[in-house]
Amino acid sequence: MPSKAEVLLKVNNLYKLYGVNRQAARDLMKKGADKSEILKQTGVTVAVNNVSFEVERGKIFVLIGLSGSGKSTVIRCINMLQQPSSGSVIFENQDIGKLSRKELLEFRRTKASMVFQNFGLMSHRDVLGNVAYGLEIRGVKREEREYKAMEMIKMVGLEGWEHQNPSSLSGGMRQRVGIARALTNDPEMLLMDEPFSALDPLVRRDMQFELLSIQRKMNKTILFITHDIDEAFMLGDMIGIMRDGKLIQVGTAEEMTSNPADDYVRDFIVSADKSRVFCAKHVMITPSSLIRLSDGSGKALSIMKRNGVSSSYVIDDKMTFIGVLTLEDAMKARSENLSVESLVIRDVETVKEDDLIADIMPQAARTRFPLAVVDEEGRLKGIVSKAAVLSSIS
Amino acid sequence: MPDWLYNFPETIKLNIREPIDEFISYINVNWEGFFDAVTKGLRGMLKGVNWFIGIIPWWVLVLAVFILTWITTKKPLRAVLYSLLLIFIGSMGLWSYMEQTLAIVITSVILSLVIGFPLGILVASGKKADAIIRPVLDTMQTMPSFVYLIPAVMLLGLGNVPAVIATTIYAIPPIIRLTSHGIKQVDAEVVEAAHAFGSTRWQTLIKVQIPQAMPTIMTGVNQTIMMALAMVVTCSMIGATGLGSEVIIGINRLEIGRGFAAGISVVIMAVILDRLTQGIYKPKGGDLVAEQSRGFIKGK
Repeated sequence: MPSKAEVLLKVNNLYKLYGVNRQAARDLMKKGADKSEILKQTGVTVAVNNVSFEVERGKIFVLIGLSGSGKSTVIRCINMLQQPSSGSVIFENQDIGKLSRKELLEFRRTKASMVFQNFGLMSHRDVLGNVAYGLEIRGVKREEREYKAMEMIKMVGLEGWEHQNPSSLSGGMRQRVGIARALTNDPEMLLMDEPFSALDPLVRRDMQFELLSIQRKMNKTILFITHDIDEAFMLGDMIGIMRDGKLIQVGTAEEMTSNPADDYVRDFIVSADKSRVFCAKHVMITPSSLIRLSDGSGKALSIMKRNGVSSSYVIDDKMTFIGVLTLEDAMKARSENLSVESLVIRDVETVKEDDLIADIMPQAARTRFPLAVVDEEGRLKGIVSKAAVLSSIS
Repeated sequence: MPDWLYNFPETIKLNIREPIDEFISYINVNWEGFFDAVTKGLRGMLKGVNWFIGIIPWWVLVLAVFILTWITTKKPLRAVLYSLLLIFIGSMGLWSYMEQTLAIVITSVILSLVIGFPLGILVASGKKADAIIRPVLDTMQTMPSFVYLIPAVMLLGLGNVPAVIATTIYAIPPIIRLTSHGIKQVDAEVVEAAHAFGSTRWQTLIKVQIPQAMPTIMTGVNQTIMMALAMVVTCSMIGATGLGSEVIIGINRLEIGRGFAAGISVVIMAVILDRLTQGIYKPKGGDLVAEQSRGFIKGK
């Protein structure tokens, strides 16, 4: 291993302009006009504006920006799905823009594989057929390509699903297929264009962990695009923030947090507060035991005993949340022959499904019992423990 | 108020009838060899199809319809019904007429698909091809079908061969339109993925675009067959043999029963052909795309 990390991909002064009157746009750009001004005067969209960065082998480089900031265009310029207007992309000391048609196909087949936001899977092929596609078009024999494809399917944890149609899989599983398909080519580099943005937050989390473990195992270089700063901080060895086609700052997560280049970067980092993204419904769990208001104290005790809990949630026949019954009160009810109803603790805090974690944090901190999550009609949907609230924002 | 404001002035005159007549008679005289060759080729093809249908015993055809219906629709009762309907045609003494009609339909549909499918791909892949072919298709679909009969007769004479030509012209637009529509509506990200993995254009077309567009293309095939069947009856006015000619005779002699029997037979053929071609292609990933493209047809 060389002591200094080798640079695998080098992007130099990349520009991508859309429109006819590009020369005029360039002139304006030199004078320092911004994106909207250029669009107004020349009708040219500046998608990528003088972007340069380097990606080291075995590292994850994350490009982050809002939609329209040009990050997707940058990633498509790497494998020439979009022709850069000017600038160069150097991969393993080879200028990708100067490759012949044939060499470019070879580059796409063996060096850089792509993973797409909406998966880009073929619905007329099963999972195996999708994963083996890259090898198939290279002319690899069926047996060999299916063997390799199966290895990758196992790796992403989809064994047993290989003959299913992608449309019958969940979003997270589909993207696993997308990742397996990209890995089957055994590329030097993965180009991932917002691969987890279409997934819901909890699945996204799993996939991020999974991607990290795969990356550690196979030591792939990854160029990852996202608009989610948490995702960027979690995955990125290096992070580049883009805005209006320009790369504003490149650095590690620590560098960015401690030394943001400008207010835009600072605002972006502030938004990394997870508690403003997750809602109660994302972290709630189903309570292990429920007691009906009409149940006798004996039954209540046996339910608690069976589930090994010292308190239980009480509901009426319509699932409406009533309160909490503790073990002591249940024992008292039995010995003194009182009804469950009279001993239920009714001043238990409840939250709504869509309440943000940030908003319910104070409630979670002071409550004796896990918070009860109820819907508009007061029906119990689940419970949120202190631990769940804390771990969701860690 | 002057007269010319009310009636369209006679002084504005543009005669397109005679030039067209002259043009047709010009190619009729000067391209005789070409049309002879076309006639010969089509006659040979028609003969082949006729021969093929001829060697199939009637009960094999009935059995084939029974089995195919069962397999494609998974409904045994429907399979029995269709077989009985086919037997009904024979029992009216119209079996051989039906075979003749079927031969012309099959020949025309083969021609339509052979020409229309590549054209559809071409239209999907280029804006220029689209700009040229689309107005032509619009014209072909709105032109009254009888109009096609005139040049067909002039250039190729009476009989089954001009009928095949007229039917092909009439039936080709849906396969072109739906092939191109199907290919264009393939998810852009899927096509992009194919490119990103290093597919050549040909590989993208064969391995991704056409298979993804298959439900829509099959709807086009179905529509083409239906239109061919509709036209083949009209074509009996220029001497196409088969069920259509029975209808014409029924009209000429005011034999209502005769016309009706032949008409019913056409309907039965249409129903069977329609259901069979709809059932043949079942996409793996649910019927969503096919349903969408059916909606597209209805919306037209």
